[in-house]
Amino acid sequence: METLAAVLVSVIGAATPLVFAAVGELVAEKSGVLNLGVEGMMLIGAVAAFAAALTTGSATLGILAGAGAGAILALIFALLTLTLLANQVATGLALTIFGVGVSALIGRSFVGIPLQRLQQLDLPGLSDLPIVGTLLFGHDILVYLSILLIPATIWFLDRSRAGLILRSIGENHAAAHALGHPVIAVRYLAVMFGGAMAGLGGAYLSLAYTPMWAENMTAGRGWIALALVVFATWRPGRLLLGAYLFGGITVAQLHVQGFGFDVPSQFLSMLPYVATIGVLVAISADGARARLNAPGSLGRIFHPDA
Amino acid sequence: MAEVGVPARLELRGISKQFPGCLANDQVDLDLRPGEIHALLGENGAGKSTLVKIIYGVLKADSGHLRWNGEQTTITSPSQARKLGIAMVFQHFSLFESMTVAENVALGLDDNVRLDVLSDQVAEIGRRYGLTLEPERVIHDLSVGERQRVEIVRCLMQNPRLLIMDEPTSVLTPGEADTLFITLRRLADEGCTILYISHKLSEIRALCDRATVMRGGKVVATCDPAEETAYDLARLMIGADFSQASKTGSTQFGASRLKVRNLNMAATALHGTDIADLEFEVAAGEILGIAGVAGNGQNTLLAALSGEQLADDPATIEIEGQIAGQLGPRRRRRLGLAFVPEERLGHGAVPEMSLIDNALLTGYDRQGLLSRGSIMFSRTKDYAERIVKSFQVVAGGIDANAGSLSGGNLQKFIIGRELLQQPKVLVVAHPTWGVDAGAAAAIHTALLELAEQGTAILVVSQDLDELLQISDRIAVLTAGRLSDCMVTADADVTQIGLLMGAHVADDLAEPDGEQRASQT
Repeated sequence: METLAAVLVSVIGAATPLVFAAVGELVAEKSGVLNLGVEGMMLIGAVAAFAAALTTGSATLGILAGAGAGAILALIFALLTLTLLANQVATGLALTIFGVGVSALIGRSFVGIPLQRLQQLDLPGLSDLPIVGTLLFGHDILVYLSILLIPATIWFLDRSRAGLILRSIGENHAAAHALGHPVIAVRYLAVMFGGAMAGLGGAYLSLAYTPMWAENMTAGRGWIALALVVFATWRPGRLLLGAYLFGGITVAQLHVQGFGFDVPSQFLSMLPYVATIGVLVAISADGARARLNAPGSLGRIFHPDA
Repeated sequence: MAEVGVPARLELRGISKQFPGCLANDQVDLDLRPGEIHALLGENGAGKSTLVKIIYGVLKADSGHLRWNGEQTTITSPSQARKLGIAMVFQHFSLFESMTVAENVALGLDDNVRLDVLSDQVAEIGRRYGLTLEPERVIHDLSVGERQRVEIVRCLMQNPRLLIMDEPTSVLTPGEADTLFITLRRLADEGCTILYISHKLSEIRALCDRATVMRGGKVVATCDPAEETAYDLARLMIGADFSQASKTGSTQFGASRLKVRNLNMAATALHGTDIADLEFEVAAGEILGIAGVAGNGQNTLLAALSGEQLADDPATIEIEGQIAGQLGPRRRRRLGLAFVPEERLGHGAVPEMSLIDNALLTGYDRQGLLSRGSIMFSRTKDYAERIVKSFQVVAGGIDANAGSLSGGNLQKFIIGRELLQQPKVLVVAHPTWGVDAGAAAAIHTALLELAEQGTAILVVSQDLDELLQISDRIAVLTAGRLSDCMVTADADVTQIGLLMGAHVADDLAEPDGEQRASQT
């Protein structure tokens, strides 16, 4: 029982950065912008959070720095694709490569320095309960934030007027423009929200999951987050489910080795990525269903005068 | 008619708008009176759409000024236009496919209204103007007529004083169009001004109080359309005499060239319509018209005929007596089939490629434009040149990209490309959709001439007037099923209209109730 609880706790840890990054990307894509730079934004977020937390000693400042750095990188992307009308796919790929390089450069002096793990929120009484206590009430602020993010996003997209306008812009930007909705401004905000969330995902990695900085420490999580958005067919609820599924696979990989199965470790580390490809193929097989929720203007350049 | 003392609802003076390479509006003056239905007429590229976009604040004029109810003002955005009381129904629906009716209406409003409150208001307006809608339904499940109702209701929610309608009936059945006219007259009686853009001269003559005719970015006339003949109006638009195409009346047809027997096919597109048990023949020299509102299986039928989607049973389609049901598009073309698809850009032509390349794409085989796999450019250029000359395609030369042509000119080019291949069987979808009167007449004449030379022609169109004008026999496609073929000369238009509207009536619980509501 204790082992199971420990496994579940590590699943939550593996899933949380995915939830952040994928929710951010989901909102950006709902506004019609495909930002493939999630991996780069996560890395920038991770290194900025680590640097800020280490130098100031404040985890809160670290978290804020992570979100801020992600948002700034997203702002560069928005400037290139929304104002200067660059191709979104190429710019997103470039953003990832840029993020990998810049984070490595900034992080050079931080490699190998340990950091105090992000404090768990101590809820008197509740956190001390056996099993349930560790499972439900033994986490840091970012885990709870990531869970709360889901209903908040659902409310924003489905219930609020701002969310309705954002969805309409992603669905058909020419029509939204004709009705007088500010296509470019909304997309700027959505892309920057996406960046901030990816930055938070990165911050969780370097402050809580493995409290240290290592070059390329996101190890492809940004790409998994991108795949998760498609997997979830652009629905936040399914996205949470998907993130925990992938978190589970990541953790399973470690435990299979622990249980002494004689499988080369390289195959096990492939597991999350193979699962990503498998799930994407399965989803796309029923193309009609996926298209129903996919934003109609996704990845398309918007010229206001055309 | 001039009412002294009452200012015009909208007065435009000297509006000009320059686009790169063309002056879209040149010193345009326009007066719209309160409560009138005012037609804006003109060929493609005459500057009508630019002008209404300026009025609605989507585009900014380079010069000129505008008075609204007598007061000088400038309109810089659609939301400002809406605040003044200007609403617009767009030619290409500005609806959001995956959203509900209520959400679509909410997006056209400037205030934040709760969706349940909004649903009641939508129902209320529906009752007043006979525009029945279910607020919770998602747009992609609606018929074209219902989609237009959503657009109109969205406009009426703002209680507009000027309603702009850009070619509203191009997608409606005759019955739906009549319902729309009743709504519009009722609005006009309540004092709302309607600016009505259309190509269909007969409906402008029946509906509109005044008409302004534009040509080449300029206003060339303002008149009372009821006092002009359709021919005179068309001549004003074109600026020259033209001849209407008409059948010579020969009823002697040759052997059957296209045979379809017991054709069933499932649609591949999302929300496409399956076709079932289709059966018809087109003889040499005959034009068969397939009428019906878009979305009733036309796309599936066209894909089945062109070879883009193969039939399960090869014997269901015969071209020139050859079994063709499982042949791909290229092999069907070898048998003598030519095909003009519905979508011009991206299906009929590649927008980013020159007219030369586009000419090559379907003509290479029958025109012998290839030599051992390499392109013979001089012959291809000649071919493109011949298309442009024989069909008077207005383009910046044969090097121009297909995407740079206006809709009408591109359509002339595509039809010309297929016609010059001297096909045995020609399948044409919506030959004159969005094409102005002059170009439409040219296309119709070309089709009739081709039929006279012995080609079997199948025309799929939503425009019933067009089919009545050029086809020898007509059948109606409704919900994937084809009616019996009627000889056009004896066809009853009301009967055809009812057949076209059949599936709409099935969708509504009380079609009669709706009709009544719209007439009160």
